[in-house]
Amino acid sequence: MSKEAILSVRNLGISFGGLKAVTNFNLDLYEGELVGLIGPNGAGKTTVFNLLTGVYIPTEGSIHLNGISINGKKTHQVVAAGAARTFQNIRLFKTLTVLENVKIAFTKDIKYTLFDTLFRTGRFWREEAEITAKSMELLKLFNLQDKAEAIATNLPYGQQRKLEIARALATDMKVLLLDEPAAGMNPVETAELLECINLIRQKFNVSILLIEHDMSLVMKICERILVIDYGETIASGLPHEIANNPKVIAAYLGG
Amino acid sequence: MAMPKEKRNGTLINFAAVMLGFVLLYLLKTSGLISNYYQGIIIQCFFTIIMVASLNIATGYLGQLALGHAGFMAIGAYTSALVVKALTNADILNGGTDLEKIILLVIGIACGATLAAIIGALVGIPALRLRGDYLAIITLGFGEIIRVVIQNLKFAGGKGLAAGQAGQALIGIKILNNVYFIYFIMAASIAILFCFVRSKSGRAIVAIREDDIASEASGVNNTHYKVMAFTIAAFFAGVAGAIFAHRGTGTIQPADFTFMKSTEYVIMVVIGGMSSLTGSVIAAVALSIIPEILRAFSEYRMLVYSVLLIIMMIFRPIGLCGRYEFSLRQFLIDLPQNIKNLPRNLQRFWLSCLQSAKDFPGRVKSFFSKDKGRDDGDNDETEAVV
Amino acid sequence: MLFITQVINGLRAGSIYALIALGYTMVYGIIRLINFAHGDFIMVGGYTLVFTIPVMVSLGMPPWTAAILAVVVCATVGILVEKLAYNPVRARGNNMSALITAIAMSLFLENLAQILFGANPRTVKTLFTFPKILGFDGTTILTIIIGLAVMFALQMFVMNTKMGQSMRAVSENKSASVLMGINVNRTITVTFAIGSGLAAIAAMMYCAQYNSVTIMMGYMLGLKAFVAAVLGGIGIIPGAMMGGIVIGLVESLSKAYIGPLTGGLVTSAFSDAVVFAILIIVLLVKPEGILGKNQGEKV
Repeated sequence: MSKEAILSVRNLGISFGGLKAVTNFNLDLYEGELVGLIGPNGAGKTTVFNLLTGVYIPTEGSIHLNGISINGKKTHQVVAAGAARTFQNIRLFKTLTVLENVKIAFTKDIKYTLFDTLFRTGRFWREEAEITAKSMELLKLFNLQDKAEAIATNLPYGQQRKLEIARALATDMKVLLLDEPAAGMNPVETAELLECINLIRQKFNVSILLIEHDMSLVMKICERILVIDYGETIASGLPHEIANNPKVIAAYLGG
Repeated sequence: MAMPKEKRNGTLINFAAVMLGFVLLYLLKTSGLISNYYQGIIIQCFFTIIMVASLNIATGYLGQLALGHAGFMAIGAYTSALVVKALTNADILNGGTDLEKIILLVIGIACGATLAAIIGALVGIPALRLRGDYLAIITLGFGEIIRVVIQNLKFAGGKGLAAGQAGQALIGIKILNNVYFIYFIMAASIAILFCFVRSKSGRAIVAIREDDIASEASGVNNTHYKVMAFTIAAFFAGVAGAIFAHRGTGTIQPADFTFMKSTEYVIMVVIGGMSSLTGSVIAAVALSIIPEILRAFSEYRMLVYSVLLIIMMIFRPIGLCGRYEFSLRQFLIDLPQNIKNLPRNLQRFWLSCLQSAKDFPGRVKSFFSKDKGRDDGDNDETEAVV
Repeated sequence: MLFITQVINGLRAGSIYALIALGYTMVYGIIRLINFAHGDFIMVGGYTLVFTIPVMVSLGMPPWTAAILAVVVCATVGILVEKLAYNPVRARGNNMSALITAIAMSLFLENLAQILFGANPRTVKTLFTFPKILGFDGTTILTIIIGLAVMFALQMFVMNTKMGQSMRAVSENKSASVLMGINVNRTITVTFAIGSGLAAIAAMMYCAQYNSVTIMMGYMLGLKAFVAAVLGGIGIIPGAMMGGIVIGLVESLSKAYIGPLTGGLVTSAFSDAVVFAILIIVLLVKPEGILGKNQGEKV
């Protein structure tokens, strides 16, 4: 296992007007790691995700993915560089089918050109078949293969979440950013999600940064945890350290 | 890898259908059944089909209301007219024989469409950065600017080129209206647009329409595909424009390409079905032919369209065909079964009509008593816990 | 002296644009819709005046009282349009269907008027006979004063009344307004009524100057007023007022001076194109307008 961090974040910060939404965020994410990012509501966790994925441009700090600086790059460039995310309120392509949702994530990797599209060359058919096959494989992994032709918005909530994760995986990323994947899930769905995440880690060796409120999930699954409050990192360490950290407890209970 | 078998069969069937259409056209023309007048209407159908289908790419599939489509048609029309004029004036090609006429038209279409595409890209790059409402207005603005500029160009009026006069209709345009050739251009255009839509580009464009934040987060370069859709739409508007210029009257003027015209094409896209090329073809043909049949009522045409549009937006915003795409191959496959089930399906359909009639008073009542102060929230905003 | 005349004319045109722009901006602020049909409300007001002025005169009233009727008619039309078309579409559709509905409504009003009144312009009887003030045309000065008075009254209304407060609240945050017990639908209806009423007053001011109405009079007026609203910051009431005055001045001064300034290269016919160009520049450089604040979408 390489000692180079896959995702290296130094002194990341952003201010909106006078408000410092995030300051001095630091992170070294290593290959295959699962790190949790927790904190009370409004602490700045999704803002960190937005900074890492190019939705916001940082006002300070640096982000390096696989050694390449992705600071200031647009979202699709960040995805091409190897970092994908899911959203707190699931963002699926609602009126498209499950299969189409996943296929879209392969767009950047498809090599055929407009010429191939318009003249339906052999390369076109070959790559289309590949994409379909790869998408079905991913769906099989999440047990969604039977629903391939279903309209995405008709899936039950838990499966929609899985579909969103499947789509993120289709981008062939090294770093997966999951924004509150267990939000709105009952214990059964949460347990399924846990299995899902474990499966992903086994099969794909991705590094995962996880925002979550469900503490049981966080404690079970995260190797390390960072705690943010008011945009600042107030604690960082192993799960049991965090659980007993007075500053963390105070932040959640409102000290 | 070769085309999968079912695609190959589908392509062959479609090709056969196009040839069948050609035969039909040939018979109609040579039997003298269709006069020049009807031929003009047929050609109008053809270029309208191309306009509506191409606009559908930008407005239906990509979901951006483009109100300046007639402007790109104008570019195609004037470019083609002037290029052909230049070639005939310089005696390079005279359009004496049928073959020369077709060659001239091909050159005209190629030049017109290319320039329209270039301008389409130039307009699209800044315009597509804006949100829906603003994009609509800015495309309207560009459409009008294109028209006003053409109106003030010396070489685009009167006899054109060196003998031109600004502000006048362009006259003496070479008539290149070989209806068979135009038919094949139309069929080819639809085929190309269909191929475009069923590809990674088509998927990307629809994804952008559905959720442009999610599409970008899935690795799609939004700007790239938005401009691509816009450019292709403009390209085919240019093709249609070129056909329009040479259709037979020998003259075009800026007033042929107003905002009103752009709106008519938008109406056809919306009624036909946003994201259905089938719907676009049907709407284009229907709304080209019906006004001709009902010429007596032409005063009321736009009034009826506008009411129809409002009713559609309330009850069927995705248009008549919605996202449905007709497949001749599938139709033929299902045909035996459908014929067998026809009596049963007719009966079911009749019963559902009766039921709708019974339900109607209740639906009208509920329509007017809706939502006293209740709010369903904004559709566009997503609040996040930061 | 000529310059001051151009400025006064510009202010007059500007007050008309400002009143119309206010209608656009208030509706956009509250339902995020560019009401394409707003320009046609002006046309409705104008045609109403064609018929109501003779009625009022025959009743022995001064002609400008016909404007009160025009305001009522326009407000009614605005409310009907909202209730019968915009509201149902908003409940069922998305942004694009709402925009398409607005365009359809504009077409509907224009074509209905064409069928009812014919395509030829109609004359409007003189509204005011005012003496010259300080050597300037009395009607012009009066128009400017009316415009300013109405804007002032509107600002007072929006800032100091409960309904005005509701309008501001719904503009800011619809969902929260519902939670605060504000009747959102009623607020939207009132907004439309006021916006259309302002269009009627703008029509009156226009007719006082030009004495004639046509089917398409709303198109150019509406478009320029829309540019004014965007320039000032769409959704922002002081922005609409400011934008209107600016566009009026730009139009008046460019019509007068652009020919000589550019040595006849750019004629006054281009003044329309200038307005379009302003729109495009604003949308590309600062789409939220001069007084606007950029509100990106939260992810």
